[in-house]
Amino acid sequence: MSELQARPLPVPNADTAPFWDGCARGELVLQSCRQCGTAQFPPRSLCARCHAPAPAWRRASGRGRIASFTRVHRPPSAAFKAGLPYVIALVDLDEGPRIMLALRGKAAEAPRIGDRVKVGFDPPAGPHGIALPHALTEGP
Amino acid sequence: MLKDWRAAITGAADTAVGELPGSSCMGLHAEAALLALADAGLRPGQIDGVLCAYSLTEPHPMLASVFCEYLGIRPSYSAAIQAGGATGCVMAMQAQALVEAGLCRHVLVVAADNRLTGMTRDRAVAALADFGHPQFERPYGVTIPALYALVAQAYMHEYGATREHLAAMAVAARTHALRHPKAQMRRPIAIADVLASRPIAEPLCLLDCCLISDGGAALVVSARDAARDAPKPPAALLGSGQKNTHEHIIAAPSLTAFGCRESAAQAFGRAGVRPADIDVAEVYDSFTITLLVELESIGFFEKGEAGPAALAGALDLGGRLPCNTHGGLLSYAHSGAAGGLFHLVEAVRQLRGEAEARQVRGAELAFVHGDGGILSAHCSLVLGRG
Repeated sequence: MSELQARPLPVPNADTAPFWDGCARGELVLQSCRQCGTAQFPPRSLCARCHAPAPAWRRASGRGRIASFTRVHRPPSAAFKAGLPYVIALVDLDEGPRIMLALRGKAAEAPRIGDRVKVGFDPPAGPHGIALPHALTEGP
Repeated sequence: MLKDWRAAITGAADTAVGELPGSSCMGLHAEAALLALADAGLRPGQIDGVLCAYSLTEPHPMLASVFCEYLGIRPSYSAAIQAGGATGCVMAMQAQALVEAGLCRHVLVVAADNRLTGMTRDRAVAALADFGHPQFERPYGVTIPALYALVAQAYMHEYGATREHLAAMAVAARTHALRHPKAQMRRPIAIADVLASRPIAEPLCLLDCCLISDGGAALVVSARDAARDAPKPPAALLGSGQKNTHEHIIAAPSLTAFGCRESAAQAFGRAGVRPADIDVAEVYDSFTITLLVELESIGFFEKGEAGPAALAGALDLGGRLPCNTHGGLLSYAHSGAAGGLFHLVEAVRQLRGEAEARQVRGAELAFVHGDGGILSAHCSLVLGRG
């Protein structure tokens, strides 16, 4: 498969493996500082606010609000052509951090900034068994 | 009354831009460098500092060394700088620091790329998508336009900007480009053309996006005593400033307020001038939203005002703030780090009175701004007729 056709799936590293392990279990997990309590994303080896080492991993609610979104018509590579057009959103999780997610189902039809969404997961794919999170309309 | 200055641009030039079959990345570097040296009245051997950027078509971890070897020069100082679209301004600020510190007398700043003919359009789009976070953005199929579209959507929501306001940025750029004989895009466009162009990442359409071009540009930045012999009036570097707040959009502190406000405030403060004093502005315009956000954040317009003002001609010659008088990245050309240098070259030409049909009458103070990443890295410069 050529470089332009391969879907760029994440390759977990020491900072991010617990996040992707959580996704594979169907759980959204976030780092939380052991010293100042700040929740952060993306994962790091330290707290980007107070610089305390080794933040703890905690299960997150998986719920939040759309901070922005875009419907993409021109993909970065052939790997994304089949899904065109697709909707990417920035979601402010209830715990505080902002995350990027694909909007799926009804959530992608006519999204608005401020809409409530909940996180779901794609089936695990690729050599690292990555279950990419996505966002769905928040149910009752 | 011009503030006392210690560094100035004494040479500025760019190559032909657009589609340049048969060009090479290093060949364009050398061509731009020799043009800028001739403009400054210098021979290659008189350059004691060299700053280069980066290349997509001929990438190398030591691009400044590669360039110096190619041109056959052995400067006592050289380095490569990578700050995306801010690179041109960052290189000029770094050159200013080098000559002001007394480490160099003449610093050559040069960037070029042949990303239109040197690689396929698909490869260029894919390479640029690498700006996204490899684990938390790229897997969703982001492109640079999509990342800027996320800013556009949020900014329109918060400040009531409309697609017409964005389109006004593209039309203003094209209006200027029509007066530049070298510009890549020479066909007039109207607001309706921008709105009707192919959607790329909503709300951004094709004509909201910058070009992909071949081309190169170079500057010579000289210490004040060394600038005395320059054949043309120097463009004094009166003030510069930088601010970096994030790299990836998921980590941006805000989707509607960016570091351009602080970098510009720093540059204005060091120059001892205010936004209202500026005669001509050359502001990074990778997308229409980029320019709109920057015009309103830097202090040239109030929030929500830049779009309506541009629709009424504020960015054109004779307007409140003639902006991107060469046509910008939207209509002149965009070839990587050289894209930001085109803005600087145009500012120098305006201050020298060399801008011909697009000359801003009596231009004495120019403002230049570059932004890299997703409004992540900002660098602002105030230049004055020396």
